[in-house]
Amino acid sequence: MQMPQPDPRILARKERIAERLRAVLPADAVIEDEAETRAYECDALTAYRCPPLLAVLPASTQEVSDILRICHEEGVPVVPRGSGTSLAGGALPTADSVILGVARMNEVLEVDYDNRFIRVQSGRTNLSVTGAVEEEGFFYAPDPSSQLACAIAGNIAMNSGGAHCLKYGVTTNNLLGVTMVLMDGTVVEIGGAHMDAGGLDLLGVICGSEGQLGVVTEATLRILHKPEGARPVLIGFDSNEVAGACVSDIIRAGVLPVAIEFMDRPCIEATEAFAHAGYPMCEALLIVEVEGSPEEIDFQLGRIKDIARRHDPVELREARDEEEAARIWLGRKSAFGAMGQINDYMCLDGTIPVSELPYVLRRIGEMSKHYGLAVGNVFHAGDGNMHPLILFDANKPGDLETCEEFGAEILKLCVEVGGCLTGEHGVGVEKRDLMLHQYSREDLEAQMAVKDVFDPGWLLNPAKVFPLSVTEGRRSAPVAAE
Amino acid sequence: MIIPEDEAELADVVAGADAPFAVRGGSTRGVPTHDRILSASGLRGISLYEPGALTIVVGAGTPAAEVEEALAGENQRLAFEPMDHRGLLGSTGEPTIGGVIAANVSGPRRVQAGAARDFLLGVRFVDGMGRVIRNGGRVMKNVTGYDLARLMAGSWGTLGVLTEVSLKVLPRAETQASLRIHGLDAARAVRAMAAALGSPFEVTGAAYAPGGDGHEVLIRVEGFADSVRYRLGRLADALGRFGEVELIAEEDISARIWRQLRDVAPFHGRPGDVWRLSVKPSEAPGLAARIGADEVLFDWGGGLIWALVPPGTDLRARAGRFDGHATLIRADDETRTRLGMFHPEPAPVAELSRGLRERFDPRGIFNPGLMGSPAEG
Repeated sequence: MQMPQPDPRILARKERIAERLRAVLPADAVIEDEAETRAYECDALTAYRCPPLLAVLPASTQEVSDILRICHEEGVPVVPRGSGTSLAGGALPTADSVILGVARMNEVLEVDYDNRFIRVQSGRTNLSVTGAVEEEGFFYAPDPSSQLACAIAGNIAMNSGGAHCLKYGVTTNNLLGVTMVLMDGTVVEIGGAHMDAGGLDLLGVICGSEGQLGVVTEATLRILHKPEGARPVLIGFDSNEVAGACVSDIIRAGVLPVAIEFMDRPCIEATEAFAHAGYPMCEALLIVEVEGSPEEIDFQLGRIKDIARRHDPVELREARDEEEAARIWLGRKSAFGAMGQINDYMCLDGTIPVSELPYVLRRIGEMSKHYGLAVGNVFHAGDGNMHPLILFDANKPGDLETCEEFGAEILKLCVEVGGCLTGEHGVGVEKRDLMLHQYSREDLEAQMAVKDVFDPGWLLNPAKVFPLSVTEGRRSAPVAAE
Repeated sequence: MIIPEDEAELADVVAGADAPFAVRGGSTRGVPTHDRILSASGLRGISLYEPGALTIVVGAGTPAAEVEEALAGENQRLAFEPMDHRGLLGSTGEPTIGGVIAANVSGPRRVQAGAARDFLLGVRFVDGMGRVIRNGGRVMKNVTGYDLARLMAGSWGTLGVLTEVSLKVLPRAETQASLRIHGLDAARAVRAMAAALGSPFEVTGAAYAPGGDGHEVLIRVEGFADSVRYRLGRLADALGRFGEVELIAEEDISARIWRQLRDVAPFHGRPGDVWRLSVKPSEAPGLAARIGADEVLFDWGGGLIWALVPPGTDLRARAGRFDGHATLIRADDETRTRLGMFHPEPAPVAELSRGLRERFDPRGIFNPGLMGSPAEG
């Protein structure tokens, strides 16, 4: 994976840039010591590291505006960072860039139950948004698995999803408004407590733009009342095909579960060894969860069980109480940890049309043999979002490269069957060079035109999302000022 | 009128254009047409429908009714419940699915399920240079690159001509029923609707509409029969403190009421201009009082105000500053030209929107002047 060469003119001006930033920020908000900037050298895609020129930790929209204005004048690239949990390298710096971390901006600004929204500073973690409203029985729906740590800023940048988006949608469906600072320091307010955009749906294109259009400092989020209850059922099958057909039949029957999770045999075995959740040893396992009152749950699970029985499940286990529900979820929630016990792993994130599930799993199995690397599949089956986990040994020379090659082949397969490269993690640097497999040059031109409007100098997170060869001319535009 | 038969022909027409077009689907949404029309209505047909994946891919010119019919055949539907503007605007023609998306048309269920833009999985469109652009796809979770699909939704044809849309669909509810509360003023009505929408009972409609000898609050619940009965019972208990709660148990009657609310039937055939305001729900009563309309209808728990006012009224001036925006839906040409259809945006936002229009349609040939300031057109 390549990153652009750092601009020596910027590296040479480090002191001057730091001085200008110190003039508008508290002393402890500008980090220039090399031992300390190392803390920002990578995100959760730890295979790639590079300490930034500087890191800044603003505490307000005004400070963000001052920082961006200065960096704009100095022609310095800025890499926005939420909590650094990106699996795609979305917050990976270059040596000539300033990391702008929003972690200090974590206040709740307004909670409005009558109008069902919360307004927060963007550094607030996903789970603590729900934490701020759960006493009144409310919650914020998108629930990426990093929700304990990940920031709303990053959720907006990547349009994060979660296990429950079949029913509740992803970030873009739950985002009502933002305060955002453009690269030149201009502060814009887009959307708000009302439901629909006025003019063009700028909010829609900002969400998922991977920090390339502006720095979101505040967000208005939709909150919902929690359901009365939720309960899962676990269904085991002796083939992936049958499990896939069962998913499709459940959806067609008009029952809309909040989650349908899928695990294949390698994943089940690893999880069992690690978490002892009591899962049946079978080829494929579904966890289907529904919500409502106890009677409503009984009714929906009854329908689901009827459908499942028609597919001859090897196991059909309904949670009778909270503890059994927790046990059913235990294995799924420990799946990544369990795979990590066996070896290093790379987590992929392609999406496929649900109907292609059996074919794609078969092909992944064949590729696994070809590359000599084991792979386990965890999968949000209701929406087609796959998370193949490829096991490799980081200490073994060449293993990471083989793993990356295997991963790329799986993602190309996702595109080939009508899906996409990334369902919820984002492109970042990880899938950047595969973009031309999904989109034509002109499709990418249209996307880049949006960045041209928001950030004409291509200073915000410039080396992400689009292949470097495609963005070359835009990124090498002359530095704004000396 | 130019009606290309396929995407390639449409792209050729745009590439070779030497004058602006009025970009249209079925011409039912009330945008005045003085220029020559470029119609997407020739791009018809359902190219893929996978009920088990809740996905449909259709040509933009396909009649919305044809899409709804195909979905109904599999017991599914467009969950955002797009309204039909014909009754309100007196327009004729056949609403197209491309028009629904281009105008981001959503109905009462928007308050719970989301808007048209929330169900859009992907688009194909022809930009102002005649290039065919693809964005998104046909899967439910997709964050690959920028989300131009949502940008196209609600852009009213000013950024490009939609040729194909992929949509997420949902199961059709087994049944529905509603509650009605009479005799509430606007402020209490909005509080009652907030109580319903803030409950765990998945209310899929909350409106305050002319009825009886004043206005009435209507609350809808959908789903399996037992569940609907249970949730309406719980809601009736919770809403009892606002007034006498009447149950509308019969599915057909409930469905008719919501179809009429969706299409703003109380305004049909009545003279005057029609405005649509998107607001913070709790601000709706105050705003409604300020604008002094001849009639108002609240949908989305108060988040959407339909207002009927005397011809030529500058409703935005009467409303003053508020959190949201006002769109002029029905008026004569003079009023439309004077006031503009869309709410003026703050300068930096207007600048971004103008920049996007310039990039996607550098020659200014798609619905010029419709969304920007009149000067820009």
